[in-house]
Amino acid sequence: MNEVAIQSDGVATPDFKKIKKKQQLIRFLKGILFLMPSIILFAVFLFYPLIRTIYLSFFLTDASGSTTVFVGLDNFINMFSSPVFRKSMQSTFLFVIFTVPGTVLIGLFLAILANEKLKGIGFFRTIYSSTMGISVAAGSVFWLFLFNPTMGWLNEILNFFGIEAIGWLTDPSWALLSVSITTIWMNLGFIFLILLGGLQSIDSYLYESAEIDGASYFYKLRRITIPMLSPTLFFVITVSLINAFQTFGQIDMLTSGGPQNETNLIVYSIYQEAFMNYQYGTASAQAVVLFVIILVLTFIQFKLGEKKVHYQ
Amino acid sequence: MNQVELINVSKSFDKQQDILNDINLSIKKGEFFVLVGPSGSGKSTLLRMIAGLEDITDGIIKINERAVNHLPPKDRNLSMVFQNYALYPHLTVEQNILFGLRAKKVNKQEQQKRLNETCQMMEISNLLKRKPKELSGGQRQRVALARSVVSEAPLCLMDEPLSNLDAKLRAHMRIEIKRLQKRLGLTMIYVTHDQVEAMTMGDRIMVLNNGRIQQVGDPITLYNKPANLFVASFIGSPKMNMGKAVFSDQHLIIEDDLHLPKESIKSAMISETKNITVGIRAEHILPAEDSGVTHELTVVNVEQLGNETLISFEIGKELWTAKWLGQWNVHTGDKLPVHISADNISFFDSNSGRLLEASSTEKEEVLAI
Amino acid sequence: MKIPLRRKVIFYILLVVSAFLVFAPALIAFMMSFMTNQDIMSGKLIPTTITFDNYLAVFERFPLLNYLLNSFIVSIVIMIGQLMLSSLAAYAFVFMEFKGRNFLFFVFISTMMVPFEASVIPNFQTIRDLNLIDSYAGLTLPYFAMAFGTFLLRQNFKQIPKELKEASEIAGMGHFKFYLSVVLPMAKTSLITLGVYGFLTSWNMYLWPLLATTNDSVRTVQIGLKQLQTQEQLNEWGVIMAGGIIVVIPTLILLFLGQKRLQQGLAEGAIK
Repeated sequence: MNEVAIQSDGVATPDFKKIKKKQQLIRFLKGILFLMPSIILFAVFLFYPLIRTIYLSFFLTDASGSTTVFVGLDNFINMFSSPVFRKSMQSTFLFVIFTVPGTVLIGLFLAILANEKLKGIGFFRTIYSSTMGISVAAGSVFWLFLFNPTMGWLNEILNFFGIEAIGWLTDPSWALLSVSITTIWMNLGFIFLILLGGLQSIDSYLYESAEIDGASYFYKLRRITIPMLSPTLFFVITVSLINAFQTFGQIDMLTSGGPQNETNLIVYSIYQEAFMNYQYGTASAQAVVLFVIILVLTFIQFKLGEKKVHYQ
Repeated sequence: MNQVELINVSKSFDKQQDILNDINLSIKKGEFFVLVGPSGSGKSTLLRMIAGLEDITDGIIKINERAVNHLPPKDRNLSMVFQNYALYPHLTVEQNILFGLRAKKVNKQEQQKRLNETCQMMEISNLLKRKPKELSGGQRQRVALARSVVSEAPLCLMDEPLSNLDAKLRAHMRIEIKRLQKRLGLTMIYVTHDQVEAMTMGDRIMVLNNGRIQQVGDPITLYNKPANLFVASFIGSPKMNMGKAVFSDQHLIIEDDLHLPKESIKSAMISETKNITVGIRAEHILPAEDSGVTHELTVVNVEQLGNETLISFEIGKELWTAKWLGQWNVHTGDKLPVHISADNISFFDSNSGRLLEASSTEKEEVLAI
Repeated sequence: MKIPLRRKVIFYILLVVSAFLVFAPALIAFMMSFMTNQDIMSGKLIPTTITFDNYLAVFERFPLLNYLLNSFIVSIVIMIGQLMLSSLAAYAFVFMEFKGRNFLFFVFISTMMVPFEASVIPNFQTIRDLNLIDSYAGLTLPYFAMAFGTFLLRQNFKQIPKELKEASEIAGMGHFKFYLSVVLPMAKTSLITLGVYGFLTSWNMYLWPLLATTNDSVRTVQIGLKQLQTQEQLNEWGVIMAGGIIVVIPTLILLFLGQKRLQQGLAEGAIK
């Protein structure tokens, strides 16, 4: 009995390693199998296009998008020296500066209001989050009427106060602002919802102990709510930043980039260049710029966000 | 016949070396074997290695004389009860109990037969349609046990199954699990950090610390002849009273405080060891009335438990406790005459921690009927 | 905590005013959709007579029903695709251990850095070359794989005690069966949250359907609305608004029903 045991030990020991290797391989294959659908689709619709976009940005193309002439960095050089593109970049950054603080501050205000334990608060929460359910196309149509120079409510209100009518979407000095207002309204629901979620996850003990210490409402807001909400706020700010750079629908519906390219934001500019002018090469160069901007923003979010979460 | 055998088993993770070190062990068929140790001692890891949930770094694990290192848990023919019971919250009690049988595609009639038997045995027949959320802690525990029983696996592993119950229920379930194991003839490997559980349930106990076996033996041996200081202090409640001791001309002096006549110590080996630690169980510091006063000690604390009285003294820097049966009218600050006999003292080498000589009272203590 | 009466009154005033401001654009559109053209032209706030003519007109003159159906199909297909792919991937990241898992997780994270808008040109070419322009497949396929959904579900799956997985291993249950019979039922709430989110965003998609559809066969309702707006005469505001209201009703209902869940779910997936 003992002898047999020893013998089988001698044979079995190297076997285990082999079997272990094989089991590891099987585990790997099983894991890949679960991830395969996602990986394939990411490869086809995300990583390949990314590389292809960079590739295209070095070429001139025909109307179908096939490459014709290698031009090196010419597309980029032309792009950065083009006044239209510079205008587009300028508008995009202005648009970001208008919309991000606007959305976050108003969203925060609404979230703080809706976080009070008052009767019927559920109704107000629903209303405030409602714009998340309103599509870009529908929202644009609603605002198109409000901006309407003759019948629109905004001008009627101005008229009521005796102020001269404004060409909200046609006046170059107003158009970008009008589009920004619309965008703030459209993004408000989503931002509100996330901020409210953040507020509700703050431990109520903190408020109760402050209450016992006799802290005032604004003291609690400044010393408890805002610091505790900082990770959520940070997330919301980066998400709005990224969203702002990707804005397209409301431009297409409200202004088509005009007047005088005032609202020709970068995605709309890419769209026009590629699908109206069939300049896939230059459009790709612009897309590369957009990609770099988003990359940097996301990277900042991950790096800083990590710290904030630990802090929480 | 050995149901489970471990040969030179060790475990290390990438970052943490030596979770378990050179474990050799054999567990007999039908034995109730307890793995006990403080948290982080590696006892759960060892159990999970036997179950097949954890990789084996080195060595061989055999179940039924067959090396099983490479086998997945399901092919090891065992059942397991987890600390949190691992009941599926979205399934009813019945579905939970039959979970394993369904996974193994046991036929429907057999499933029902085993379910009925098990539920009658565990007295949970009236709970079958409930979800785990609707059960009390004790009921969940029974369902988890039933799931293990219904599998009819000859080897059952339990990982601290009673730690989520309150004290009363725990005492009750200890007995029930032990009875169940004997009745079904299961081989049980039971992990706990609670030495009382280990002492009351185990046929044999293995004490584990820092990934190394400290001692394997039946409960009484562990109590009377602890292999080292760790086992001595880990097993027994209240824990064994310890103190550093030195020899002078005629005395053994404990903690610069307590003197015992040297001639009462027989073993030569003890006198040759430089650093000695002595240990004495609480029940061996006796009331002095009938056996003659050896020492007078100042009482620093008294705990009245009703059936017994715990009295604490300060011996040098150590706090010693005496356990006296019955109720004693003693107060803090009293000078209390006690009887301490050198026969009742165990001697340990302070450097290695190893036992030099156990107290020689065991023969009187273990009564045979 | 008791709120003093004075503060209560201030809060209610602020709540009501804000609610009105936020909801005004939609409310105005809603009222206009029931107004006659005369009412609109004369700048009435509240309709003098309620009419359904605008709704009749928008369905008569426009293949709106067809668009709605397309949007439903596209949104539901994307939603199901996202739920399946995200849950499978999240399962692998939580319950399976294999070499390269951390690397693949990093790959998933990195996809969040690539905006769809920046890769829209090659995607358009791919779909065109696969002859998937004007097909449901072309509209939905690029949206199936989703890093955000994977993270949200991964976060949720991690709360499932690992002992449940181990118990299933001892019982001899394989990965796929455990995924189907334990993980999915236990994560029902998160799956619903993600489903609602997926449906909302798909229903509201704009750029991609604009590129991937050239005729009415699979055109979604958002693009339909754009066409309605550009083709209708400016004095037909009632009809346009009726179209807009029809477009937002399904998503608003979904949002009202799932607001609470969405709020908790999004916060979980986003922050943690």
